Order: sequence, then C-alpha cells, then structure tokens
Amino acid sequence: MTKYIFKRVILAVITLLIIVFVLFVLVRVMPGNPFPSERMSAEQIANKRIELGLDKPVLVQFWDYLTKLLHGDFGKGTSLYNGAPIKTVLSTCVSNSFRIGGLAILIGTAVGLLLGITAALNRGRFLDGFCTVFSIIGVCVPSYVFLIFLQYYFSYRIPFFPYFFDPGRFLFSAVLPSVSLSLFSMSTVARFTRNEMVEVMDSDYVRLAESKGIYGPRLVRRHVLRNALIPIVTVIAPLIVDLLTGALVVEKIYGINGIGKLMVDAISGEGVDYNYVLALGILYSSLYIGIMLVVDVLYGILDPRIRVSAKGDA
Amino acid sequence: MNEKTILEVKDLDISFRTNAGIIHAIRGVNIDLQKGETVAIVGESGSGKSVTMKAVAGLMDANATVNRGQVLYRCAEDGKEEVIDLLTLSKKELRRRINGRHISMVFQDPMTSLDPTMPVGKQIMEGMLLHGGMNAAQAKARALELMNLVGITDAEHRMKYYPHQFSGGMRQRVVIAIALSGDPDILICDEPTTALDVTIQAKILELIKDIQNRMGLSVIYITHDLGVVAKVADYVNVMYAGKIVEVGNVNEIFYDPKHPYTWGLLSAMPDLDTDDDRLYSIPGSPPNLLHEPVGDAFAARNAYAMRIDEKAEPPMFKISDTHYAATWLLHPDAPKVEMPPELKARLERARKEAEKYI
Repeated sequence: MTKYIFKRVILAVITLLIIVFVLFVLVRVMPGNPFPSERMSAEQIANKRIELGLDKPVLVQFWDYLTKLLHGDFGKGTSLYNGAPIKTVLSTCVSNSFRIGGLAILIGTAVGLLLGITAALNRGRFLDGFCTVFSIIGVCVPSYVFLIFLQYYFSYRIPFFPYFFDPGRFLFSAVLPSVSLSLFSMSTVARFTRNEMVEVMDSDYVRLAESKGIYGPRLVRRHVLRNALIPIVTVIAPLIVDLLTGALVVEKIYGINGIGKLMVDAISGEGVDYNYVLALGILYSSLYIGIMLVVDVLYGILDPRIRVSAKGDA
Repeated sequence: MNEKTILEVKDLDISFRTNAGIIHAIRGVNIDLQKGETVAIVGESGSGKSVTMKAVAGLMDANATVNRGQVLYRCAEDGKEEVIDLLTLSKKELRRRINGRHISMVFQDPMTSLDPTMPVGKQIMEGMLLHGGMNAAQAKARALELMNLVGITDAEHRMKYYPHQFSGGMRQRVVIAIALSGDPDILICDEPTTALDVTIQAKILELIKDIQNRMGLSVIYITHDLGVVAKVADYVNVMYAGKIVEVGNVNEIFYDPKHPYTWGLLSAMPDLDTDDDRLYSIPGSPPNLLHEPVGDAFAARNAYAMRIDEKAEPPMFKISDTHYAATWLLHPDAPKVEMPPELKARLERARKEAEKYI
C-alpha cells in the first residue's frame, strides 16, 4: 500500500511539472500580451518587458519562475491590481470560493448519497421515481437559475437570507449560493449511487450473502454499499474540483469575490495577465491532480483488488 | 409427505411481470427430495430449473409472483421436527431461520459469487457470527475446519485472501465452504461446475459428493449437463417449459427414457463411439411462455407428436413406482413408439460400459 501511494505521488508531481511548463509556454505563445498597447508607447512596453523579464529566453524565464514557485511565490500581476502580489489577492478569492464550494460539496454528496440509497432501496416505487425526476431537473437546470429562484423566494418574498454575499456574515450568506451550486452534484451523485446500488444488489455475491441469511441494513452496509461506493468516488472527485474552483455566473450574480471572477478578469482585462493566468492554471490543475491522488488512495482502501496484488500477500 | 421426505415442492406455479407482459415460467412443478439423496433437475436454458430452486431458497426476484403451490420443508430444530411451507414465510423469517442454516446454495459462476471487497475467511464466518451463536474464535475455528474440508490448504493464511487472489476452482471451494457454514440440511447446487474447466469440474463434483456423505446432506443439482447427472444423481427430474416432463431414478432416465424430450437431451450428448459425424440437437427452441402453450408445450419440436398433443396437455403416466413421464405416447391407445434406434444403441453401449466397472 505504501508503495502504491508513493508511486501515485511521484506520478502526480511529474504530471504537475509538465502542466506548469506547458501552461508557461502556451501563455507566451498565445495571441495577446500583458500590455494595453493603445495606452503605452513602444518604448514603455520594451522597458516593461525587461522589468518583467520577458526579454530573456523562455527556458530561462521558466527556470526563474519555477524556483520562485518552489518558494511559494507566484510573483506579481503583470497588469492586474497594479502589480499587487498574487498571493494576497489569490488567498482572498480562494478562501471565498473554497468555503462556498466546500459547503456545496458537503450538501451535494451527503444529500445525493442519501437520495440515491433511498431510491435504490425502494426500487420501482414512488421514492425511486421521485429521485429520478429530481435528479434530471438538478442536472438540467443551471445552478444560477436555482440561485435566482432561491433569491426570489428566500431573500425577496421571505426576507431571510441576504441578497448578496457578505464576508462579515459568511456562513449565513453562503447558504443560497452553496445550495444552488450543490444541486448539480447532488443530482449526479444521487443518480449514480442509485444505479450502482441497483447493479450491486442484483449481483451474484449479494445473492450468495442472502443465501447464507444476511438481510436488511447489514446486507446493505457490508455487501452493497462498499462495492457501490468504489465507482461513486470517481464521480464525486471531478465534481469537487468544479465546485471548489468557483462558479462564474453564481459568483457574479451573488457578488462573491472568488476564483471564477478572478480568472475572467485575468484573461479579459486590459491585456492578458500572464502571472494570474499561470497561477490560476496551476491552482486548478494541482487541485485536480491532488484530488485524483486522494481518489486513487481511496480506491486502494476501498478496493482490495487494487491494494492486494493477485499473487502476493496482503 | 412421508417421514423420509425432507423437501417437497407441490404444484408450484410462478409467473413474472416483465415489460413485455406476464411470463408464466413455472406451470405446476412437483419435486420430492428424500433425506440424504441427490436429485437433479435437467433441462434447457429457460426451462425454469433455476427459478424453481430460487423459490425454494427464498431468493426470488422482486417481479415474481407465486400463483399457487407449496414448498414443504421438514425442519428439524432443537430436536423438534415440523413441516413448514417456505412460501408462507416472510423474507426476514426466511433469512433468519432457513437460509444458510437449513438450505444453502452454491451458484454457477464462482468468479462473481464472492464479494470482492471482503476477505474469504470473513465471508465464511459471516453467517456463523450472525445466526450460529458463535463468538469470533469459534467461528474462526469452524471456518478453518471448513476450508480444510473443501480442500483449501494453508487455510490459516488464506483466510485473509480476497477472492481475486484465488483461481476459479478455489473460489468455488470457498463458495461451498460458505454454503456449508451454517450446517444446512439441503444444498442446492445451481450448475456448480459450468463455469469451471473440465479437470476442475470432476474434482468439485467429487468434493460435493464426499461432503454429502460425511454430513448427511440432501443435494439438489440444477444442470443441463447430463454427464454431471449421471455421476451424482439418485433421481432425475427433466424439466421443459416450466413443467416436469419426466421423472425417475437415474437408471430409468438413462437406460429407459420414455419422453421424446428426454430422448432428445440424451441424443444431444456428445459421444466418442458414434458413427454420426454431426452432433444431434433438438430442432427448434423452447416456447415463449409469454403466451400460454396450448396442448403439449413440446409438440412443435417433437417428431413423434400426435394430433392430441396440439389439443391437450398430457398428464403424468406412471411407468414404475419411481418413473413417470408426461407424454401421450404412453397412453394405452397411442401407437407403440420406441426411442430412436441410434439412441437405443448408444444407451446399450453405455450400459455395457458401465457394467464393466461394477
């Protein structure tokens, strides 16, 4: 098991390095640059290029960037926020997006699992149909539509939750965006859980367990859930990344200063901000890689076929 | 139900609700199982063998309905004997009282019938801990004993193995150990060797037979392999389209079959000594039970069918005390029809072959 995790970590680090390099080069090759050319003279731009080190060969630039990165320094914005350190700006946005996203994940997976399990255990009955309809609605309707709907009913008709995000009352004002964000993953998880469980419940090994007299919650816990959870973990993982990295429209509507908003600013502001694009790219991919790593490890814990090699000992 | 009968399936009738309509899969089945004996149920796929036994084991699918019939089981518990109709028990009662402790099952495919996320030792012990009133140490000792009994060496170590660390034959041994863990009276084997290679097949059959003798089990085999039947069974039930069409002891079925369907099954067995260059197969396919068959369900595939076969279903005609067959050919007014001469020659050869070994 240790060897398995070690292998995964090494692979993750290599993957991340490659991604950073590709991003670094791509940003520089892409059309557009950090300078609002209509407001800067050619000389100013040339000076700025030297200041930012863009005149050096790309590989040297990359090496410089990487050494700084390894010290935890993302550098400064090339055009955004008047060159304020990215770390400071990023940490506010990340903390906002992560907290709202985290809450959404918690609600989404917990309620989703519960719905899915209920539906599977009541296969073919009313609750199953209800869950299916609910999931289809949840997957089809975009989260910001839910947000507007929730705002209308719970901020306007019943003035209980705030209209806009208020960092001072975090948890309270995070409820509406989190709930609306969670609906998609809730529905996905519910649908998937239901189908996986139904499949496992029809399997030969559940039949065998029944034939030795196992029934009820014990059967579900020991034989059904564990086997059904293995594939569910894979579905949840990318949902987590999506939620953590912010939802553009929801952040915009609810006035949340988050990553999604920052990403748009970095690309569509006055000139492309190389360093912000890079920092956000690295954040996004390391999150993805990190969560996939956790999934791989979880897989190993849940599925002995991965943990224990065919011939060897446990 | 006489004293020695441990299980009696009486006029069992089951249908399934499906999207296509109602399928009348089991149409009045009777099966007797005597204590310590082995009964085989043979027939093509879809003839209802498995469904019948699932009904006995209480493992029926949710869309099945029992229209009529009984599954009487002579249940010996705490020194008392009583006859229970298993179909009247709730699912919970069945699991608590019957499954594992009285009736166990071995399934067809050992590759899929073990839980991949649980060590095999734990899977063997699970039932004992839940119903057997044993503590962990006792259950472990019993599991080790069972693993040795089914021929798994180094059991102490291998208890911790997961199913994927075993070969197919070994897994089937584990499944058998699980089936035996509750010390049952009846073992239902649903094609236990179909998914295994031939050399392993013989070993598993011998193992089951050996265990049967040692533990005094009554065994029901579901199979389409007549070779298996010849090796293990005392009595044979031939099933077709949800009905038993011929029943008899193993000699009667193999040397003196009366039903044209049984003739077909026997002729379809591969044989080395025959001059035919093609393997015989019964023409056509089993009827679709979405539509209730009129007359004899086998008539359309039967070369010996008479006009009455298309109108009325034949009753069971008695041939001897143990041998019955449902075909109009046995009616006193029917023309004398013998089994096909090739089959007759073949069975004669088999009989001589068998006599050599006695």
